[in-house]
Amino acid sequence: MDVTFRFDWQAAFASLPHLVAGIPYTLLISFGGLAIGFFIGIFFGLLRISPSAWLRWPAIVYIEIFRGTPVLVQVLFIFYGLPQLLGGPINALVAGIAAIAVNSGAYISEIVRGGVQSIERGQREAGLSLGLSRVQTFRDIIWPQAFRRMIPALGNQGIISIKDTSLFSVIGVGELVRQGQIYIATTFTALEVYLMVALLYLAITLSLSIALRLLERKGLVGQ
Amino acid sequence: MTHEKPAPDATPIVSLSKLNKHYGELHVLKDIDLTVVPGEVVVIIGASGSGKSTLIRCVNGLEEFQQGELEVDGNTLLPNGKATRALQKIRTEVGMVFQQFNLFPHLSVLDNVTLAPMRVRGWSQDQATDTARRLLARVGISDQANKYPSQLSGGQQQRVALARALAMEPRLMLFDEPTSALDPEMIGEVLDAMRELANEGMTMMIVTHEMGFAREVADRVIFIDKGRIAEEGPPEQIFDAPQHPSTQSFLSRVLKH
Repeated sequence: MDVTFRFDWQAAFASLPHLVAGIPYTLLISFGGLAIGFFIGIFFGLLRISPSAWLRWPAIVYIEIFRGTPVLVQVLFIFYGLPQLLGGPINALVAGIAAIAVNSGAYISEIVRGGVQSIERGQREAGLSLGLSRVQTFRDIIWPQAFRRMIPALGNQGIISIKDTSLFSVIGVGELVRQGQIYIATTFTALEVYLMVALLYLAITLSLSIALRLLERKGLVGQ
Repeated sequence: MTHEKPAPDATPIVSLSKLNKHYGELHVLKDIDLTVVPGEVVVIIGASGSGKSTLIRCVNGLEEFQQGELEVDGNTLLPNGKATRALQKIRTEVGMVFQQFNLFPHLSVLDNVTLAPMRVRGWSQDQATDTARRLLARVGISDQANKYPSQLSGGQQQRVALARALAMEPRLMLFDEPTSALDPEMIGEVLDAMRELANEGMTMMIVTHEMGFAREVADRVIFIDKGRIAEEGPPEQIFDAPQHPSTQSFLSRVLKH
């Protein structure tokens, strides 16, 4: 049997307006979650390098739990599991943002730890020897240098988290993949639509890559 | 010696008594008794690993000690480095120049120098900038103020580090092998800046391997051997007529070439 399949460009483009409606959700979940995850990561990343074991251990436990379990399980737990505890439903968007936040937070904790630990001990000593407090030394000397070194790894995590949001179609958030599924259910144009979905993800992640590259180049001035 | 000799009976600005430091099993400093009076230039010499760097790092609390007492400018540090207010005060009054310069690479030369006076002393930007420019001119770096440390040579970086420490108007300056990381042709410019500082009457504790410089600027030379002060005295005595066998053997090794 001679099967020839024609890629239907028209169907592909026709799906775009529908798919694009999912982009705000994808962006909101990923960047909302990453913003919260960034602060979680700073918090636990710094606890993780504390000299006190009482502060270090909670950070280690948090990091291992949320880095060691799938983000899909995390979001299912939050969306379907937590309501049983709380006695009320959780908004799917909130569940998605929360899942990205706690998941990326665990990875970012390790990025923060590595960044801060990579700064030579002499920098801290120079700050302290000038009479700066430990907080001032960290804020004015260690952190700005550590943050610059963290940018590539943070960008990597951002891209991973953006792609992770595609899993949240399972809890019914109308993000990119979910929009695609809904559209395909009536048009049966899976090839065209999923290609478009993939290209839209690529557009988002490439924009982020380029923005980070520019930021990095700017940060290199004077280094 | 070109600077005025300090009065030996003046109230010491630094005094260490029976100071002991351990790194686990290792006994790094043993019963160190040492006083430094204002205006005095004390040079500490000794073999690598003898504890001389550790000793001056104790003075501004970068290293803890386990027994004994340390007093700097009326502030007392206790064993086992309890982070006290005294430590903060000491660090405000004591400047330090490191072997590896330790300039802040993300800040311009000028910002390196103005940071601490603004943060710690509460100076205005204008006041800190004026002082920084004056100090940078003094160490011969005024035309590089807006560059970043990585754009300077090692000798220039170390002179900026000196200006940065002086900007806090310290009462005492510590030098931890300030020329050991420099290419030979740049050692002179750093030593010149230090010599000038000594001539102005700054109190200095210097760890160095530059024996010619030590002989020239020191009021007193301290020789440390295996964590203990083996011998101390005026440079003529230490270099020309060392008493202790370990001093003799150390000097014969470093002065031979």
